[in-house]
Amino acid sequence: MKKMKRTVKTNLTAWALLAPSLVFLLTFTVFPIFRSLYLGFTRYELGMMKPEFIGLKNYVDLFGSAIFWKVIGNTVAFSLMTVIPSMVLGLALATLVNRKRKGIGFLRTSFFYPVVMPMIAIASIWMFIYMADSGMLDQFLIKLGLQPMNVLSYKESVKPAMAFMYVWKEAGYLMIFFLSGLQNISGELYEAARIDGATGWTAFKKITLPLLGPTLLFVSTIALTNSIKLVDHIVIMTEGAPNNASTMLLFYIYQQGFAWFDQAKASALTVIMLVIMLAIAMLQFVKSDRKIHYN
Amino acid sequence: MDTGHKHYHPAYYIGGMALGIIWLIPLIWMVGTAFTEASYTMSILPKTKPTLDNLKYVWNAVPFGRYYLNTLIVVIATYSVQFITVTLAAYALAVLKFKGEKLIFIIIFIQIIIPNDVLISPNYMMLADLGLTDTKLGIMLPFFGSAFGIFLLRQMFKTVPLALSEAATIDGCNLLQIVRHVYVPSSKAAYLSFALVSVSYHWNNFLWPLIVTNSPENRTLTVGLALFAKSKEAVMQWANVCAATFIISAPLVIAFFIFQKRFINSFVSSGIK
Amino acid sequence: MRNKLIALVLILGIVTMATIGAAGGQEAKTSEKMELTFFYPVMVGGPLTKLIDQLSLDYQAINPNVTVKPVYTGNYDDTVVKIQTAIQGKNPPDFFINLATQRFSMASTGVAIPLDDFIAADGAEGKAYIEDFLPGFMEDSFVDGKIYSIPFQRSTMVMFYNKDAFKEVGLDPNKPPTTWAELVDYATKLTKRDAAGNVERYGVGLALNSGSAQWGFTGFALQNSVGGKNLMSEDGKKAYFDTPENVEALQFWLDLQNRYKVMQPGIVQWTDLPTQFLGGKVAMIYHTTGNLTNISKNATFEFGTAFLPGNKQLGAPTGGGNFYISAGISPERQKAAWEFIKFATSPERLAQWNIDTGYVAPRESSFDTQLMKDYWARMPQAKVAFEQIPYAKPELTTYEASRMWRILNDNIQSAVTGEATAAQAMRNAQAQADEVLKKYQ
Repeated sequence: MKKMKRTVKTNLTAWALLAPSLVFLLTFTVFPIFRSLYLGFTRYELGMMKPEFIGLKNYVDLFGSAIFWKVIGNTVAFSLMTVIPSMVLGLALATLVNRKRKGIGFLRTSFFYPVVMPMIAIASIWMFIYMADSGMLDQFLIKLGLQPMNVLSYKESVKPAMAFMYVWKEAGYLMIFFLSGLQNISGELYEAARIDGATGWTAFKKITLPLLGPTLLFVSTIALTNSIKLVDHIVIMTEGAPNNASTMLLFYIYQQGFAWFDQAKASALTVIMLVIMLAIAMLQFVKSDRKIHYN
Repeated sequence: MDTGHKHYHPAYYIGGMALGIIWLIPLIWMVGTAFTEASYTMSILPKTKPTLDNLKYVWNAVPFGRYYLNTLIVVIATYSVQFITVTLAAYALAVLKFKGEKLIFIIIFIQIIIPNDVLISPNYMMLADLGLTDTKLGIMLPFFGSAFGIFLLRQMFKTVPLALSEAATIDGCNLLQIVRHVYVPSSKAAYLSFALVSVSYHWNNFLWPLIVTNSPENRTLTVGLALFAKSKEAVMQWANVCAATFIISAPLVIAFFIFQKRFINSFVSSGIK
Repeated sequence: MRNKLIALVLILGIVTMATIGAAGGQEAKTSEKMELTFFYPVMVGGPLTKLIDQLSLDYQAINPNVTVKPVYTGNYDDTVVKIQTAIQGKNPPDFFINLATQRFSMASTGVAIPLDDFIAADGAEGKAYIEDFLPGFMEDSFVDGKIYSIPFQRSTMVMFYNKDAFKEVGLDPNKPPTTWAELVDYATKLTKRDAAGNVERYGVGLALNSGSAQWGFTGFALQNSVGGKNLMSEDGKKAYFDTPENVEALQFWLDLQNRYKVMQPGIVQWTDLPTQFLGGKVAMIYHTTGNLTNISKNATFEFGTAFLPGNKQLGAPTGGGNFYISAGISPERQKAAWEFIKFATSPERLAQWNIDTGYVAPRESSFDTQLMKDYWARMPQAKVAFEQIPYAKPELTTYEASRMWRILNDNIQSAVTGEATAAQAMRNAQAQADEVLKKYQ
C-alpha cells in the first residue's frame, strides 16, 4: 500500500497525532515499570518521607520467604489448572457449535454469557455454590449420600474449586476464538479428506489441529495471561485462605502494597510479575513464525 | 459453516444441549434466589414465593443508583476519550510514514504485553502524585491511551483505500477532516467492536476502582457489590447478595442476550491483531 | 491545519476538565462552612449506615457551620486499608473510626494525633469525660502513655444459644455452659444427626476465616492462660503465641471439630454464623454482641446470651472501633472533629447506639440512663455483654497489627485444616511474629 512521502511536516503531524495516546501510555505503562524497578530496590513504608535505597534486600527477603514461594506456586498451579482445561473445553465447545442447526445460537449464548459478567459477581455466586454444608455443591453431595466437601476450607480443594469456576467462565471466551479459527478452515479440505476415507477423529487430528496452529498459540497466550493476573475472586471468596493456599501473585501485591502499605515490597513483586509476563510474551514470539510487520 | 461431519450424532446434540443448560445453572440460581423470598436453604429452582423485596432492600441499603451513575460515567467517558486518542494514533500509524515509527510500536507493544492490571501499585502512586485519588477521573486516566484500540483501528484504517483520502484532499479537506469524513465512517465495525470490549472491561473492572476510590460518590458497581457482600448489612446473605449481583450484572448480560452476534464478533476481532 | 490540531488538543483538554468536574470526590471547600469527612466501618448486621447518617444530621442541626460527611468504607479490614490508601493518596479523612488495635500503627506512622491536648483544654470537664470510660475499653487507647483514640463502638464476644434447642435435648435453657468441659458436654447433646449420619445441627460454631479467627482465639487463650496473660505485651512490641497454654487452647478448637465432632469442620465464615444460628443449623455460636439487635429481630426461637465458657478462668476479647483524628489537617478541623467526637460519645448517644446495634456502650454513665434501664428490662440478653466486661481484655494489638492478625489467622487455619499440628502452628506463628516485630525491639 502506498504511503505518503516522509517529510518533516509528516513527522511533526504524525507525532502530534500520536501525542495524546503517548502521554497516557508513557505515564501509565512505561513510566510505572521503571518506577517499580526503582522502588524495588528501596525501603518505603507508611510515614516515610522518602524511599531509602537498600539494594537487593527486598528480593533476598522475598526469595527466602516460604510464603512468597507458596504464592508463586499457587499462581503457576492455578494457571496449569485453568489454561489447559479451558483450552480443551473451548475447542470442544467450538466444534460443538460450529454448525448450522436449531439451537446452536442458544448454545453459543449459554457458553459465552459468563464472559460479560464481572468476575466479582461470578465469584459471589460460586462462593455460595461452594459454601460448606448449605451450598449447592455440598447439598448435591448430601443428596447422593456422600459427605459434604466444604471445598473452600482445604488447601487440596480450594485451588481446583476456583479453577473449575474460572474454566467455566473462560471456556466460552476461548470458544469463540477457536470458532473463528475453525471457520477459516476451508470445507473443501474436509471434503477431500472424506473422499480419502478420513473422517471424524482422524480428520480432526490431521486437518483441524495443524491448521489451528496459530489460533492455538494465540489462545494459549491469552489464557495464560488472563489466568495469571486474576485476583477479583480471591478478594471475595477466600482472601487467600486457608493459610495462603489460594493467594496468587497479584493479590499478594495488593496485600503488600495496600493492606500493609509496603510499597517497596509491592514494587519488587510487581517487577517479578512483569518478568513473568515478559517471559510469556517471549514464548509466543519464539514459537510463532510470524514477524511483526510495520507496514 | 459445516466442517464436513455429515453424520451428526444425536448424542452430540443432546449432550451439547445438556451442557448448555448446565452452563446456565449458576445464572438461573442467581436470578431465582434474587427474586424469591429469602430462606435458609439453597436450591437451584426457587422454592419460595417470588418477591421484589430483596432488590428493594439492597437498593436502599446500598446506594446502587449512585454506583450505576458512576459506572456509566466511567465507561462512557473512557470510551469517548479513547475514541479520540485511538483514532488519531491509528491514522498516524496506518497511513503516515515517519521517523520514529519503530519506537512508537515498541511503546504500544509494551502495553499489549503488560496490561495496566498488573501496574496497580505504581499507577496508584502516580494518581497520588497528581492528587487524583478518590476521583472518577483517577479511575479512567490510565486507560485513556489504549494500545489495543490503536491496533484494532489501525488494522481497519489500512483497509481504507488511499484513493478516497486523496480525493478528499483534492476537495480541499485538511487532515482532520479526512480522518473524520473518510476513515472514521468506514470503520464503524471496528469502533463498535472496540466499544463493546472497552465497555465490558471497564464495567467489570474491580481491583483498580477498589484501590482508587474511598467514598461512595465515586464507587463503581463492582466495588459496591464487593463491599456489600463482605459486610454484614445482610442477614439472609445469599438472597441479598444475589439481588446485588443481579443489579450489577443485568445490563451487560441483557444487552448480550439481545446483541449476541455483535458481542461475540467484537471479542473475536479483538483477538485477531 | 496546525490550528485545527491546536483546537483538537483544546477540545481534549475541555473534555478532560469536564470529566474532572463530573468526577466528584473530595474537593477543598473554600466556603465558610467546614465539611468534615469521616470514614467508618460496619461489621454487624443492621442499618448502621442510616444510624450514622442520622448522627451526622443531628450534629449539623446544632452546629450549622459544620457539615459532616460520613463515608462507609466496608468492614474493619477494608477500612484499615482505605484509611492507609487515603493517606497515601494525600487525601485523608478528617477523622475516622478504626479498630482500637490499630493504635500503635496509627501512632508510629504519624497517621493519627494524640488527643491529650484537647482533653487538657477541656479542663475538669475533660478529665471527667475520660474517667467515665470503662477501664476495660479505655485500656486500648494508650500509646506510650498518650491517649490516641476515644472508644465508640466497642464489642465483646458472647455466646448466643438457642433456648428452644436446649429444651429439645433436655438441657435447662437458663443454664448455659460455663466451662470448657460443659461446653463439650452440651454441644454433644445438641448436635443432631439425621438417619444417614449427616449433621442437621451442630452444637457449637466458631468463625475461622481470615480476619476473624484471631478474635475468637484471644478468648480461648485468655480462658486458658496462666493468670489471664494476653497474647501480647502491653507496649505492643512482643507477641506471646507459643505458650503451652495457647497450644492447648488451639488443640481444644481442633478437638471440637475433629474429636468431639460438635463443630463444623473447616473454615466457617464470620458472616455466615448468625445466618446458620438463625436457621437452626447451629445451637450455640461465639459471636459479637454487636449482632444482638440483628439476632433478636430475626430469631424465630427463644435465644439467650451467656458468658464465654472459661477454663482456668473466665475470659473474653474486646474489640470494636474507636474514633481517631487524622494528622495532616488544620487545627480548626481537628478541633471541630474533637467536638463531634464528644457529641457522638455522650452518655445518652452511646446508650442509644448500644440499643440500636448491640455494641456495648463504653461509658459508665451510659448505664445509668433511663434509656439503658428500659432496654435491659425488655432485652435482658443485653446485660450479659456488660457484665462480662470485667473479664474482658483487648484483642491482639501490636505494632503492624494487620500483619500480625494475618500471621495468627493463617497459622490457626493451617492447624484447622490439618496442615500443621497445634504445636507447630503456634511455633510458626511465633517465629513469623518475632520476625515482623524485630525492628521495634
